[in-house]
Amino acid sequence: MPLDPSIKSVLVIGSGPIVIGQACEFDYSGTQACRVLREEGIRVVLVNSNPATIMTDPEFADATYIEPITSDAIEKIIAHEKPDAVLATLGGQTALNAAIELFHKGILAKYGVRLIGADVDAINRGENRELFRAIVAKVGGESAKSVICHTMDDVIEGVKELGFPVVIRPSFTMGGLGSGIAFDAKQLDQIAGAGLRHSPTSEVLLEESIIGWKEYELEVMRDRKDNVVIVCSIENIDPMGVHTGDSITVAPAMTLTDVEYQMLRNLSLDIIREVGVDTGGCNIQFAVNPANGRIIVIEMNPRVSRSSALASKATGFPIAKIATKLAIGYTLNEIQNDITKLTPASFEPTLDYVVVKVPRFAFEKFADADPRLTTTMKSVGEAMAIGRSFSEALMKALRSLERKEAIFTWPQVKGDELQELLSALAVPTEYRLQQVQRALWAGATIDEIFAACKIDPWYLRQIQLINEHAALIALPGELSMELLKDAKSAGFSDAQIALLRGIPEDEVRRIRHHLNIRPVYKTVDTCAAEFEAFTPYHYSSYEEESEVRPRTTPAVIILGSGPNRIGQGIEFDYSCVHASFALRAAGYETIMINCNPETVSTDYDTSNRLYFEPLTLEDVLEVIHAETLAGPVLGVITQLGGQTPLGLAAGLKANGVTILGTSPEAINLAEERGAFGQILVDQGLNAPEFGMASSQLEAITIATRIGYPVLVRPSFVLGGRGMEIVYDDSALAGFITRATDITPDHPVLVDRFLDSAIEIDVDALFDGSELFLGGVMEHIEEAGIHSGDSACVLPSMTISAAQLKEIKLATTKIAQGVGVLGLINIQFAIAGDTLYVLEANPRASRTVPFVSKATGVALAKAAARISLGSSIAELRGEGILPISGDGVAKGVSVKEAVLPWNRFRRTDGRGVDAILGPEMRSTGEVMGISPAFGESYAKSQIQAFGPLPKSGTVFISLADKDKASGIEAAAGLASLGFRILATEGTARYLAEHGVVSISVRKNSDGTGPMGEPTIVEIINSGDIDLVINTPVGRGVRADGWLIRTAAVQRSIPIITTTAGFNAAVEGIRFLQSHELSIKPLQEWLA
Amino acid sequence: MSKAFFVLDDGRIFEGKSWGATGKTFGEAVFQTGMTGYQETLTDPSYHKQVVVMTAPHIGNTGVNTADNESSKIWVAGFVVRNPSTLTSNWRSENSLEAELIANNIIGIQSVDTRAITRHLRDRGSMRVGIFSGLDLSREEMVVEVRKIEAMSGAFLVADVSTSQPYVVPAIGERKFVVAALDLGIKAATPKALAERGVEVHVLPFNSTIEEITALNPHGVFISNGPGDPATMVDTIDLVRKVLLKEIPIFGICFGHQILGRALGFETYKLTFGHRGINQPVIDKNTGTVEITSHNHGFALKAPTDAQFSTVYGRGEVTHVSLNDGTVEGLQLLDRPAFSVQYHPEAAAGPHDAAYLFDSFIDLMSKKAPV
Repeated sequence: MPLDPSIKSVLVIGSGPIVIGQACEFDYSGTQACRVLREEGIRVVLVNSNPATIMTDPEFADATYIEPITSDAIEKIIAHEKPDAVLATLGGQTALNAAIELFHKGILAKYGVRLIGADVDAINRGENRELFRAIVAKVGGESAKSVICHTMDDVIEGVKELGFPVVIRPSFTMGGLGSGIAFDAKQLDQIAGAGLRHSPTSEVLLEESIIGWKEYELEVMRDRKDNVVIVCSIENIDPMGVHTGDSITVAPAMTLTDVEYQMLRNLSLDIIREVGVDTGGCNIQFAVNPANGRIIVIEMNPRVSRSSALASKATGFPIAKIATKLAIGYTLNEIQNDITKLTPASFEPTLDYVVVKVPRFAFEKFADADPRLTTTMKSVGEAMAIGRSFSEALMKALRSLERKEAIFTWPQVKGDELQELLSALAVPTEYRLQQVQRALWAGATIDEIFAACKIDPWYLRQIQLINEHAALIALPGELSMELLKDAKSAGFSDAQIALLRGIPEDEVRRIRHHLNIRPVYKTVDTCAAEFEAFTPYHYSSYEEESEVRPRTTPAVIILGSGPNRIGQGIEFDYSCVHASFALRAAGYETIMINCNPETVSTDYDTSNRLYFEPLTLEDVLEVIHAETLAGPVLGVITQLGGQTPLGLAAGLKANGVTILGTSPEAINLAEERGAFGQILVDQGLNAPEFGMASSQLEAITIATRIGYPVLVRPSFVLGGRGMEIVYDDSALAGFITRATDITPDHPVLVDRFLDSAIEIDVDALFDGSELFLGGVMEHIEEAGIHSGDSACVLPSMTISAAQLKEIKLATTKIAQGVGVLGLINIQFAIAGDTLYVLEANPRASRTVPFVSKATGVALAKAAARISLGSSIAELRGEGILPISGDGVAKGVSVKEAVLPWNRFRRTDGRGVDAILGPEMRSTGEVMGISPAFGESYAKSQIQAFGPLPKSGTVFISLADKDKASGIEAAAGLASLGFRILATEGTARYLAEHGVVSISVRKNSDGTGPMGEPTIVEIINSGDIDLVINTPVGRGVRADGWLIRTAAVQRSIPIITTTAGFNAAVEGIRFLQSHELSIKPLQEWLA
Repeated sequence: MSKAFFVLDDGRIFEGKSWGATGKTFGEAVFQTGMTGYQETLTDPSYHKQVVVMTAPHIGNTGVNTADNESSKIWVAGFVVRNPSTLTSNWRSENSLEAELIANNIIGIQSVDTRAITRHLRDRGSMRVGIFSGLDLSREEMVVEVRKIEAMSGAFLVADVSTSQPYVVPAIGERKFVVAALDLGIKAATPKALAERGVEVHVLPFNSTIEEITALNPHGVFISNGPGDPATMVDTIDLVRKVLLKEIPIFGICFGHQILGRALGFETYKLTFGHRGINQPVIDKNTGTVEITSHNHGFALKAPTDAQFSTVYGRGEVTHVSLNDGTVEGLQLLDRPAFSVQYHPEAAAGPHDAAYLFDSFIDLMSKKAPV
């Protein structure tokens, strides 16, 4: 039966900010859902607090609510919009949890709205472990032996039965949050304790350990008529014990016979039927004992998941799109396969290639964090690669990560290396596979490695074969046709071959091109070529036949941003997607190159052609070559995908490729400190004083000259890595001592730090003569907190009209001086009355989507057009930019960063410190929009950190430098009726300024003689509603750290800057007297 | 490893490396899209005289074992893969695939662009092919040799694959029914699926007579899958008509389905490149449900799919059609107990979605003549 006519309007719930375990795959799925619904003529109402998503672009829904995903906000939306149905299976665990809450609060019933996709009972059967185990048993499957626990006493009893090691899994959390493996009672206490708190139902499952078993995942879809298909099988190279999100995974499964695969398939069918997911997708995870094939069903997600996005990209079967169609009434056989056009969606994709996904981690950002991989997901992104063999796909995937350490190398084997490697690889960490490769290179046998890490011998053999190829390449003699062909076919990059041969990469490429060894491009077609494919979704391989079709329309190649990482996430994908849409609309063909399976940019619908390829110079040059043979190519856009494509621009240009928009020379001008400094001098602009030091003495001399505090950082890293603010000589000396690799070649940069300055972020467009100011954002945290981690507000709140004018002028001068064609982002600071330029990036910034949402101006679209020669005046004429003037914010929009503190622990099991600094640590962002700052800020906090309390007890501990700036906010809280607890020094200061507080003991004071609890004990007992704790300086000052980690563990909102404190008080003041309002973006922008 | 060549009769040649046995072999080039189940494919008698191109890029990863064999030997005429495995990893494995191919003297080829071959066969249809390895022949000489072999249309191959002597597969548990199974190239999974349902299966040579069948007093007659052109199966078609007249329940699979169809008076025709894979959607026209099924056929039946038809054995209807291309995938008689499907409910390899058809056969036999 086709479309259900009773569904005329659907509320789609998004997944909120990007967090570990829930990333932009849900923008991909949600965007598909919105598109499908609108194509069917259904009115789409969307709620999502994440401004960096494509789905929240106003044209993707009829009413887009950038509001917190809470039952309160959603009830207001439902009351206002009166949708017929709610679709919550495409917004990750966040959306699913929200839907369950709406159901339990009776909100769905009250407004007569039904859930489509999966009903609450089915969700429960899938997610409630006891119910799910019963289902597995009913269909004849086996679950790991386990015990459900609701208290620590239950936990202790349970372990008596199961023994150590034991796996702990909290219920209803996403990305395995709070789960882990305990080998002893102490670990059990930590992990299970946290798990009980993280679980919204205070429920954890203790489970027999099946660590080391083979791990599989099947993506399943079912329609109303009970037709079921398996979209994809995924095998984890990392066996059980490492979260799937942190595992290297392969599709399709490589080491199962048909008999065994069909057992998994049958179980999947029986389970989805019994759970009763009627219309949509789910995934089911299995463990298989490598010794005897015993199968254990691990769990299911009754919704579209991270793996669904991967499976969609891996197979070409658009799970989210089809799940949406199923939810509104279609059956699988009524839906066409977009790729073949002739065949229906009721089939199972078959692959004639191998897909490898590798996770990308960010441990370097969390120096204290335990680097071991466990059942709690810790990776922040992933790259996927496709090849016609496993080794080709693996090698491409590893270079897609853009990490030197991830790429296989073959150095001389050192004496005791083998034993070290064998013991290291027994513990799963970020680079385990590289350790495996090195151990094999050092002579380990497959049996030895299997014994140590349980990675299936088939994969070990594949890696051994790669090493055998490497040994052949390294042999003296000519790089023959056959040798080179085989090496390329095995996935070796030109750079790897160059390293093995001791010659430059360019030389390898020259020889290879001379021999005419070039990749061909195959097509992802869902059907292993059984039917003709109409969708140009390509990947490279070194084979005979290429499937790239000739073209006549001029094409533009857009380079995406690669795997998500902290500092380069969905915001950049957003800009790339916008460029593709804008250029298609302007009559160009667009060609996307990217390797991130989570994104909208790698949806085969987004661009005219998609190349799923690593973003390295070699891989990109080959695509350009192939496309140049296919038809006219105008050039490459590198300014929208963040640092990744920007880093390729110079190399591409050197190889004769046209870079559209801002030139590589201009990019270099902005990045090179000396040259950029000269531009500022020429234009009469200020920058904080700085110097470069290659010794402690030099550093102290510079610091003395420019005055403390100073911002110090190694000169050879980007993105705020290793940056610190130091306030005196001894702290500076400490930094220099720690940064051991400082040499005259790698000096330390010492910048004057503008204490208590206001930081400003500007996004602007420049076409060579006219400047369009997209937005001037004022940071809430003062300068010194990385702009990506700082909340900001648009329009700016405290900047005068004259200062705005000065900012625009300075922006124009810099854009002109650098030679920008397209977007530029500039960070300014205002200290006293002086405007300082901190840095300029002639590219799309992280804030482009936020500014675009707040002002209704699609900056990235305009930038793409400017790159191709349109002027701002022309774009104004076309309506892409406002007819006159600059970007004007509608309402007050606050952007807040979301931080992953709760994901990481130290090796001792305690939390990592939750302090902000010059190094970016946030994974995502949320937006709050309303008529006034207090309300917008309150909205942003709800989604980022949990709601601000309207009343209760607040604990305040301010560092001496922050006491003066925090007093007003503290007084504000007192006047709002909060009970204030404070440590002694803060309490005294508050009393001196007329604010009454109760003095409590620091942790270091210990429990008092009368049993008076310390602040940490009070936080742990749950008696605190808000924590204000500003750090004293760098380093783990035990008291502050314990307070902050205790708050994070208990999910209590914590504020670590006085600026944030002031903003929070404004938010609370609003909340006490008002209800939060809702208003769709379309109305804001109208 | 010597050079090897995959030579098509239209002159297109793919160069790869030798694998399995070396020498030369000929057959009909077909592609198989299953991602699992190469062992079942190799031992399926329906692939007799066919050179099978596997679209899955890695083959041999799990080795081979006795339990998964569909017959006692490898039947394919040649085996074409992208990346054969050099290590076997599976707890049930008993031998490596390459060793098994060499033991069966099966000539293979590896490191060829199997996707390019597949696209070629898809666009131009299945055709004759030769694999040459370790030989000193010019390209022209190889093409000439390929063009000498017989085409699949008109090929009578059943005699090569059928059992020469009857044998019995005993019922598992209580014996409830006796079935005479005509072996036209039967796969081990079929008698097994019946035996699991309490059927004692008498597997009979293809040229058995109606008397030999009725002597068993069977509750049903099963017509198996098998290789070759159904139009050549004149005697078997005649035999099936006799069974129909006796109103003994009939169940046909694949080749057996085509033979039942011809017995009812329908034509069969050769598909361009056939259906060979384990992901094929088939819809049950009466219930509207979709089964994901295992296919291996180069020929198909021409029968009306829009309405019931009448035959000399009474009314009938097409019950199943392919959702990919509308091919007839199943039929049944309404006035006599006979039905058949073009696909493989016994799977092996492939999904088990259609296993219910064996239950339907049991139901048909129960209605007709309970034990």
